Amino acid sequence: MTATYFRPVIAISLRYFYLLRGTPARWIPVFAWVAIDIVLWGFISKYLNSVGASSLNFVPTLLGAVLLFDFFTRVMHGVAGVFLEDVWSRNFLNLFASPLTIPQFLLGLVVTSTVTSLIGLMVMLVLATALFGLSFFVYGLMLVPFLLILFLFGVSLGICTCAMVLRLGPSAEWLVWPVPAVISPFAGVFYPISILPHWMQFVGKLLPVSYVFEGLRKIISGGTVPAASLILGGGLAVTYVLLACWLFKRVFRHAVRTGILARYSAESLS
Amino acid sequence: MPMDLPEAILSVRDLRKAYGDKIAVDRISFEVSRGQIVGLLGPNGAGKTTTISMILGVLQPDSGSIRVDGMDLATGRAQALGRTNFAAVYAPLPGNLTVQQNLRVFGLLYGVEELSERINTLIGQFDLEKFRNMKCGVLSSGEQTRVALAKAMINQPGLLLLDEPTASLDPVAAREIRARIRQFAVSGEGGVLWTTHNMVEVQDVCDRVLFLSHGKIMLEGDPKTLPEEHGQPTLEDLFVAVAREPLTQE
Repeated sequence: MTATYFRPVIAISLRYFYLLRGTPARWIPVFAWVAIDIVLWGFISKYLNSVGASSLNFVPTLLGAVLLFDFFTRVMHGVAGVFLEDVWSRNFLNLFASPLTIPQFLLGLVVTSTVTSLIGLMVMLVLATALFGLSFFVYGLMLVPFLLILFLFGVSLGICTCAMVLRLGPSAEWLVWPVPAVISPFAGVFYPISILPHWMQFVGKLLPVSYVFEGLRKIISGGTVPAASLILGGGLAVTYVLLACWLFKRVFRHAVRTGILARYSAESLS
Repeated sequence: MPMDLPEAILSVRDLRKAYGDKIAVDRISFEVSRGQIVGLLGPNGAGKTTTISMILGVLQPDSGSIRVDGMDLATGRAQALGRTNFAAVYAPLPGNLTVQQNLRVFGLLYGVEELSERINTLIGQFDLEKFRNMKCGVLSSGEQTRVALAKAMINQPGLLLLDEPTASLDPVAAREIRARIRQFAVSGEGGVLWTTHNMVEVQDVCDRVLFLSHGKIMLEGDPKTLPEEHGQPTLEDLFVAVAREPLTQE
């Protein structure tokens, strides 16, 4: 793999950074919503600490969970958002009539989302630490695999939603944004998944992020995270990334075969 | 049909595409040579854009083959598309990027060496200096066409596909664009496949035309002599006659 291989990858990222540089409003999804979440949940956590009889500190439990879930959301929306920019500017024909390959395109989406998500994460860390005293040392080194699992699952869902928009047409973008909200009840962001009905627990165990939030609560309660649980979460996340890439490639081939790609500017496709 | 022209930059063989029962392109074969401008003419729905979409790799043919500069599009997509570029009215460049930003992004996509120098050359050639830092979306249609053509030339393509490139231009701007494309072909850099409904333009720039109707090539030849060869006063009359012929036969 030579430096030439990465030029189209850089092109995909550069295009988005040009847009960020030229349009301040595009910075809002990068950090403003996550900042609002941190402030909101920070005060909720403080309030619960002040009224609760429990010795449980809600700041690392609730606020930490919100921060990690927002990071996952940012990654997923980041991948889908870069893709949607090309939907909105009807740029698919220009993009896919170029030598750009699907792996290069997907890598471009992921690289761009990584940068914007890390910016969002930094903003959240600063706010959570400065305003609400959230210390990430409390999670120890486990924070690294936690973030990695969240990142990989965010990437996989982001690519899946891109495939969905490519298959169903531009109007399907409205199905992209609520995906993290749909996942959150099953992922046990704020509660152990053991309190869920059996069918929801089953779904939760298929979600890599649920292992992160279970692990987070274990650490806060003084326990240790079982290595098997992290390996399972990481393994699921890697599997989903591979499946998502396979799905996108399959949908792309279908779009090329049926003419969807050539006629993509239509509002909806059947 | 002249199938063995020297230095074919584009070679299309038995290309077919159907959408369900409707056959959009019906086993067409043609070639475009280096230094040649070939006009692809036909009424709406004749299969011109379907043909161009297949050559651009965004639509998969049901059968047949496409070779660009000797590279098979089906097996060497990235290599073949790296030697191709296009401009079409229905594929505007992102309006939220400036002229220079668009050229840089597409230059990277096409893996252009010494990109900054290439961008400066194209900005000079297409008289875009004063629009360099303006967003493409605020440019007039004529200016946008010039930017689209600059993008189409960014990788010094062997094959240039132009789908009605002068459709939205005034006569002066259209003449300038025709002269530039003619210059590109004459320089021997590559060949051009050009679709348009403007018959005057076709006679002015095309070395050869292909009349496409109902997905088939009905006629081909020199646009300056074709009308007389087929007993029609003008190319436009020939166009109308060819476009109607299959319908009256059915």
